[in-house]
Amino acid sequence: MTPVTLNVNGSAQALELEPDMPLLYALRNHLGLNGAKYGCGLGQCGACTVIVDDKPVFSCVTPCAGLEGKKVRTVESLGTAERPGPLQKAFIDKQAAQCGYCIAGMLMRAQSLLESNPHPDEQTIREYMAGNLCRCGTHLRIIEAISLVARQHGSAL
Amino acid sequence: MLMWRPAIASIERLRAFDSAQLQRGARVVETGDCAVCHTRPGGQYMAGGLALVTPFGTLYSTNITPDPQTGIGQWSLPAFERAMREGVSRDGHFLYPAFPYVHYRRMTAGDIADAYAYLMSGPAVDSPAMQNRMNFPMNIRPLVSFWNLLFLHAKPLTPVAQQSEAWNRGRYLVEGPGHCAGCHSPLNLIGAEKSGKSLAGGAVDGWEAPSLLGMASRANAWSSDQLVSYLRAEVVDGHGTAAGPMRPVSLSLARLPVSDAEAIAEYLLSLQTKAAITENQPGAASVEPSDQASGAQLFASACAGCHAPAAPMREIDGRPALDRTSALQAPSARNFLKTVLEGVPATPGVPGPIMPPFAASLDNVQLTALASYLRQQARPDQPWTGLSSTIEAIRQEKK
Repeated sequence: MTPVTLNVNGSAQALELEPDMPLLYALRNHLGLNGAKYGCGLGQCGACTVIVDDKPVFSCVTPCAGLEGKKVRTVESLGTAERPGPLQKAFIDKQAAQCGYCIAGMLMRAQSLLESNPHPDEQTIREYMAGNLCRCGTHLRIIEAISLVARQHGSAL
Repeated sequence: MLMWRPAIASIERLRAFDSAQLQRGARVVETGDCAVCHTRPGGQYMAGGLALVTPFGTLYSTNITPDPQTGIGQWSLPAFERAMREGVSRDGHFLYPAFPYVHYRRMTAGDIADAYAYLMSGPAVDSPAMQNRMNFPMNIRPLVSFWNLLFLHAKPLTPVAQQSEAWNRGRYLVEGPGHCAGCHSPLNLIGAEKSGKSLAGGAVDGWEAPSLLGMASRANAWSSDQLVSYLRAEVVDGHGTAAGPMRPVSLSLARLPVSDAEAIAEYLLSLQTKAAITENQPGAASVEPSDQASGAQLFASACAGCHAPAAPMREIDGRPALDRTSALQAPSARNFLKTVLEGVPATPGVPGPIMPPFAASLDNVQLTALASYLRQQARPDQPWTGLSSTIEAIRQEKK
């Protein structure tokens, strides 16, 4: 076991981890942040997507070692069931979830897009979101939800 | 020498071509990889707009759909053939040699006419040319005439009687429409392929375009079957799969009859190196000390899901062991590092390997340790040198 300090959703977390542990396992098993999901474990589906220093990463293939000093953000940072953030609210308004398994990853990838490009057009959204898959087929509603936030004026996020 | 060339009269767009010619033309256009540069990501087929970053500035590929105003709809066949052989636009201005007319000029008149017919028969797209951003003095197009005087010499290929028909076809594809030397040859200071060094290896978009000489006899030698599969975008035991700028080229070849890839393989495997292979010699001073244990841990957490011996992709899908890939066997770490940082993106509509990008998941220290660890497995006798500076350089290039 190796001591690692992770900065997650704004707070420092001192953990003792196996040295080869991917970030997803630390988030779920050690910090109880169960938003990010295990989908494929191969960085091919996006269910585990979180934001590290403003960039979306597949947490299932991102080693914890080396994350010290970086800011990790998960879907839990966007809002709560009672007070959903703007992007979460748009997903609800557009009913963008079927089973919901991919949605935490979808939200975090979309969040990183809107932070770097607040008003992307639909083509940009499609290209940016291509790395995240939804097996239920709600992609069109997901794109609508992101477009809704992208069309809002000012810095909605 | 002329710094100015006459315009060739515009014509009404031609539309009547017979279907056999159009089919031949589709094949020629695929062998020439026209769409690889003349279609930008997300853009319309052949409508141009792809940025080509060169040491001399940024160029944008042009619209070669038959749109009369913004494409080549007003071009006659003689105008098209002049562009293909001499690099001169219909209106007389010089085209930049990023357009590989130095190679296309070796194409047969029949192939050029077929390609013309195919392009003219496609949908016209109204898409004006993007403004090039070339640096002085390369922004002065007439200067290209000096470049042409020095470098535009290639003669049509005459078949070599002692060689097979396939070899001659392969040579034609490699030296003519396929323009392999465009990437796989070193360039001189003014962007021309160095004389006598054709296919000896070059660079494109930050990737290493390896030497195509002596492929049958080098340490990690290619068999004909391996090369044919690789050229057709398959995953090949002992080498891996085409990535980076070679990916679209191999996807293009996969759409052509297998006989074309076989012909190219026969020709390429017959090419010998002219000089001894100059692989990077390990310089003790520049091999960075690295922590093999941390490299192994990083492999376990980031790579093993797909690349460990027992991973499903290895067992079920036949992916080769990493230490047996060209990227890890190569003298330069560049293609390995580029692949890890950028991944192998999916091609819509085409089954094939994909790999996620790790640029945001691994920092430079981690990537150095990982590369050093995997190189140790692949070539313990020859560690890569200067890894961290190469990684830093690649990350800067991306911006």
